[in-house]
Amino acid sequence: MITLEALTKSFGSKHVLRGVDLVVPTGQSTVIIGGSGTGKSVLLKCILGLIEPDSGTITLDGVDVHEGDRDAFLARFGMLFQGGALFDSLSVWENVAFRLLRGSLKRPKPEAREIAIEKLRRVGLSPDVADLFPAELSGGMQKRVGLARAIAAEPEIIFFDEPTTGLDPIMAGVINELIREIVTEMGATAMTITHDMTSVRAIADRVAMLHAGKIRWEGPIAEMDATPDAYVQQFIHGRAEGPIETLR
Amino acid sequence: MSVATLTSPLAALGRATLALMAATGRLTFFVGQTLSHLIRPPFYAREFWLACLNIGWLSLPVVGMTALFTGAALALQIYAGGARFSAEQVVPSITAIGMVRELGPVLGGLMVAARVASSIAAEIGTMKVTEQIDALTTLSTNPMKYLTVPRVVAATLCVPLLVGVGDIIGIMGGWMVGTTRLGFNSATYLKNTWDFLEFWDVGSGLVKGAAFGFIVATMGCYHGMNSGRGAQGVGRATKSAVVAASVAILAANYLLTEAFFSA
Repeated sequence: MITLEALTKSFGSKHVLRGVDLVVPTGQSTVIIGGSGTGKSVLLKCILGLIEPDSGTITLDGVDVHEGDRDAFLARFGMLFQGGALFDSLSVWENVAFRLLRGSLKRPKPEAREIAIEKLRRVGLSPDVADLFPAELSGGMQKRVGLARAIAAEPEIIFFDEPTTGLDPIMAGVINELIREIVTEMGATAMTITHDMTSVRAIADRVAMLHAGKIRWEGPIAEMDATPDAYVQQFIHGRAEGPIETLR
Repeated sequence: MSVATLTSPLAALGRATLALMAATGRLTFFVGQTLSHLIRPPFYAREFWLACLNIGWLSLPVVGMTALFTGAALALQIYAGGARFSAEQVVPSITAIGMVRELGPVLGGLMVAARVASSIAAEIGTMKVTEQIDALTTLSTNPMKYLTVPRVVAATLCVPLLVGVGDIIGIMGGWMVGTTRLGFNSATYLKNTWDFLEFWDVGSGLVKGAAFGFIVATMGCYHGMNSGRGAQGVGRATKSAVVAASVAILAANYLLTEAFFSA
């Protein structure tokens, strides 16, 4: 279980997170929704230690994430980045097996390659792509490779940063299905940030809405449509009129 | 003239000085971090060899061409200058000493700075912009260890080799001009070159090469790691890396020359 308490983060005079309190239950898929620039990615990066929060606490299973062995902590996580973030200089299979080729999870090269090909197959890619380079793949294929890399070491917790951004609706649907299937079969804790409501409905067990640096609403996906919260209603129905200020 | 008008240049100077100090502090911290990672495992051998290939082997043509033409031009200049004092016979020795002590390391270093510092800064800057650096961290890999250390070590080891090869090619450039245009006997030219060169002439140039290699890779990595967002940020990082590496090479060259050869 990941617990965030009173988390704040500012960049100069811009206060991005203003006291975020959130619990991400173990084995469930939590989706954070919110408009662009509301700090969803910052929140995720604070948990992973990529950005240092100004104040507040983040605990994983009751232990402060800043305590203990950092490698062991990160080994529990997998992450799918918005643009894939595949390493250009490495082949597809080396990207997928990156964690298995070095560090504490290191395996012999042939075994790491086998695992990479199996993970590629799991995300619907044939072994033929294993020796290609990321630049030779389409956007959708890159997302799948990123997903294969995120699950290669079978992490307990997987983060998805805007998993369907930039994809056509069909490919977005495929990625959503894959995420749902993989999270269910691995029993992993998932945390996704997105503003794609189709993704939310396909992936989420629980939904939290981030607005003005705080969690505005949080609850099971089944309760989202019925909530009277005007901010949530405006966001999920994509209305221009409502309490959320928009530039017109 | 108002007080504000008078003080604004001072304020600008103060801001620039503070910014310079802050940048120097950040760079010093970066170098300290690099050196500390240098002696602690894990070490990434594959990345090191790839960096050696890119920085050393692939820089050979540009360094070689630079040395060849510089050696040739140097021989012509020394001949023309020496003729004023009836000292044309010094062409082989002065060309060799000038190449190995100064022009080989400095011009080699500057050419490597142009080619390598820019490419390292652009590559790492793009990796930062596209979240590849963040991805490395989430994959339990320290970006300093994986990206910076192999490049800095490779450049520190490869640039002296490039300088050594450049020295030979530069001297050959002087020999070609000396024997084909200036009327020197080939064997005499080579004998004079060899007889007047001392070990430390060559050694000091190679030490300079190592220092310049360290500077080039450090500047490329530092500016890449601190690249701003988007294409403009990467472009600015690339430009800053080349400018900073070039200026630092020239400054380090003076300091090393002072240390090695001042009376």
